[in-house]
Amino acid sequence: MQRKRKLVSAVIFLCSLHLAILLAGFVAPTDPTAQNRDFPFAPPTRIHFVDAQGHFHLRPFVYESASSPDGLYQYHDLHEHEYPVHLFVRGSEYKFAGLLTCQVHLFGVDAPAQIFLAGTDTYGRDQFSRILYGGQMSVAAGVLATGISLLLGLVVGCIAGYYGSWIDESVMRLAELFLVLPWLYLLLAVRTFLPLHITPAATFFLLIAVIGTIGWARPARLIRGVVLSARSRKYVAASRGFGASDFHILRRHVLPHTYGLLLTQAVLLAPQYIIAEVTLSFFGLGAGEPMPSWGSLLANLQHYNVMVSYWWMFAPALALVLVSFGYLAVANVFHEQLQSGSI
Amino acid sequence: MMRYLERRLVHSVLLLVGVSLSCFLLTGLAPGSFFDEMKLNPQISPGTVAALRSEYGLDQPLPWRYGRWMKSVLRGEWGYSFAYNSPVKNLLVVRACNTLLLTSLAMIVAWLLAVPLGVWIANRSGRWQDRVSMAGTSLLFAVPELVLALGLLYLVVRTHVLPAGGMTSAEFERLGLWAKIRDLAAHLVVPTTVLVLGSLPILIRHVRGSMIEVLQAPFVQAARAHGIGRTRLLFRYALPAAANPLISLFGLSVAGLLSGSLLVEVITGWPGLGPLLLEASMSRDFYLVTGVVMASTFFMVIGSLLADVMLVVVDPRVWTD
Repeated sequence: MQRKRKLVSAVIFLCSLHLAILLAGFVAPTDPTAQNRDFPFAPPTRIHFVDAQGHFHLRPFVYESASSPDGLYQYHDLHEHEYPVHLFVRGSEYKFAGLLTCQVHLFGVDAPAQIFLAGTDTYGRDQFSRILYGGQMSVAAGVLATGISLLLGLVVGCIAGYYGSWIDESVMRLAELFLVLPWLYLLLAVRTFLPLHITPAATFFLLIAVIGTIGWARPARLIRGVVLSARSRKYVAASRGFGASDFHILRRHVLPHTYGLLLTQAVLLAPQYIIAEVTLSFFGLGAGEPMPSWGSLLANLQHYNVMVSYWWMFAPALALVLVSFGYLAVANVFHEQLQSGSI
Repeated sequence: MMRYLERRLVHSVLLLVGVSLSCFLLTGLAPGSFFDEMKLNPQISPGTVAALRSEYGLDQPLPWRYGRWMKSVLRGEWGYSFAYNSPVKNLLVVRACNTLLLTSLAMIVAWLLAVPLGVWIANRSGRWQDRVSMAGTSLLFAVPELVLALGLLYLVVRTHVLPAGGMTSAEFERLGLWAKIRDLAAHLVVPTTVLVLGSLPILIRHVRGSMIEVLQAPFVQAARAHGIGRTRLLFRYALPAAANPLISLFGLSVAGLLSGSLLVEVITGWPGLGPLLLEASMSRDFYLVTGVVMASTFFMVIGSLLADVMLVVVDPRVWTD
């Protein structure tokens, strides 16, 4: 019972993260590419409950911010007027879930005040919005690559496990080769041999394809094992006796055995592939500007002065850790369940 | 036993050949080459580019190029780098030594920490110490090495207690031997810590898992009944019995450690294989990329061969195979 509660809370946590990323346009207060040249490297906006007179406000508010005369990238609050944080405000146009054109944002403040939950970058772009949109790139890449990897693994594993003999032998040798190689070296090498200067969309799909293809070996090996044991069941022999085709046997009698494994593998692989995408775009080999990805956001930290002076540039790392922790929590519950043998 | 090791050796050589072949197959598929950027330069005539291409043999078919590369490997040159205009071997050796220094140190430290910790946690299995350490390893496991490296670098940069990047200080050449070693050690702290923290959770979990399994075995009960002390029982009796899967893990973890090391090297500016590969990858220096990938595969092969030898030494059952 306790395990079930753990699973439910982990899944809810993970789903809410994914939902926020999927509906980035709605949750983000501004457009991720909108520049505020007056506010480069502005720190996260302070959210107040108590005003200058000491009155408590139930609705949180912010002050308008202005750059200080005493230094570059220094800002101070103007305390004349409070700007309450409103829910469901009208703002810049975006596509809701990629379909409907919409203007309503989850939260926002009236102009001229601005709300930067995670500060701004060199061009004064809102980091919080960029993290959400960047998540679309990184998480989608991870999830899609997981799909490719599992599909490849399923096909190869089924063929190897079901037909056996030399096919099995050669496929498993190849899988061993892919398993033992350091994946990052492999990934970079494969990326080298692919075109460098192409459109962001093409780069995105290329990355997914490369990451997904490199990771086929682990699921293939595990699925092969399951197929091998499922093949020797008596009802498979019976089905074959009734004249069922190989495809029918695979689909009806063998595939259902692999579902549990596919699910656990998906939960384990997705965070690894998200990290792979983040790593590649951190190196500058992913999709480029102006589309953000968590990797290219973190790449700002490669500049010494950014790392030293602007701690809020670490915010994308927090997002990455949260997502990977969510996946891990779900994977842990699956693991416990497998060990107690009640799946 | 020799037969077993012989077979493993042949496998390793085949693996290396397989990797080099795949690299060349990929170059065959690759659109563009190192010299494409030159074509955009109006100061370089198309004739010069074509001459360069033919000098490096890029206009020849793939099998011919592979044969030429093989010959250069046998000569000990490992191909020729376009960007550095020198044999790949000269570039590789120094960088590979640096990576070897970093990864082997990280590996030793990680195992020296993981084994006692894992054994201790297994001994406390089911109690609060176990639960706390398991939660701790899960948390650490969720933090990618990229984030670990950036976070640690931030701490170092803010506090100035350690050098923040590179392998040596600017005045390294003028230092005495002892000061040189201290300087190098100070530069090693950050990358090694990241690698150790990155690999520790998995190692601890595996040590704990296999120790718990062994501690339930009848011979441990018997040893305990004989009145053998707790520490002696754990380290002298139970640990060798649990060592088998751990040695296999050692062989497998080399690959993960190398990947982590690539990342850490790039972030902390450690002059190892990682930055070299990244640079070569950006400038499409095919032979250099192939060389670096081969070097990393070679390290990995050495790691797993080492694991095989250790397995033979520790577990006599492997001999009879």
